[in-house]
Amino acid sequence: MRIRKLLIIIVALLAAYGILVAVAELPPYGMADNPVHNHVSERYINKALDETGVTNMVTAIVLDYRAYDTMFETIVLFTAALAVVITLKVSKRKEKG
Amino acid sequence: MRDFILKRVAVIILPLMSIYGFYVILHGHVSPGGSFAGGIIVGLSFITYSTVYGLERGKVKLPERILTLVESYGTLWYGIMGIVGILKGAPFLSNKLAGFNLGEPGSLTSGGLISLLGIGVGIRVASTIITLFYAMGEEES
Repeated sequence: MRIRKLLIIIVALLAAYGILVAVAELPPYGMADNPVHNHVSERYINKALDETGVTNMVTAIVLDYRAYDTMFETIVLFTAALAVVITLKVSKRKEKG
Repeated sequence: MRDFILKRVAVIILPLMSIYGFYVILHGHVSPGGSFAGGIIVGLSFITYSTVYGLERGKVKLPERILTLVESYGTLWYGIMGIVGILKGAPFLSNKLAGFNLGEPGSLTSGGLISLLGIGVGIRVASTIITLFYAMGEEES
């Protein structure tokens, strides 16, 4: 049991070391030449107003450029609610009868 | 939970909460916020009502039958709005290509398809969160 705990501690420390090394390698926040600032975000910033006519850029991305994604997001919500209702209603009916 | 003070405070707060939620849904394409956040606020106003006045009176105010209808047709509304694009010879869920009037940026009627989709998503999120609350509240009582 003691060996197992020791192994767990060693593995956790190794994982923490790996994550910290990866975080130290990240580019500094907010710099202009970061890899996140590629042609995709450039297009959204420059053309979102012309192409969608919407001043809230987040809404333009969520409901226009990524409309498929949002559609299936709502379907996931619908399915989750359906599953909860079915589970709770069926278990309640079984308790009664 | 059936407090005098709580009930009086709820009378003042609940209408404002509901109106603010619908405001956030309708202005999702103009100001910060959006349909998901607005739907949660509308849902929380009904959940607060059910918590303060009891689940039975909450269900009289907003029956489960209406909730089910709104929830199902909200999802369908999104799909129908997408098919409008196909009927006009443009890709599914297309906005400008399908000929929706984009309007003047910053006004309430701008955005074409986006504002229509936002209303559907907002109502759907509200009904989903109320349905979950009803299902779990029933289980405890």
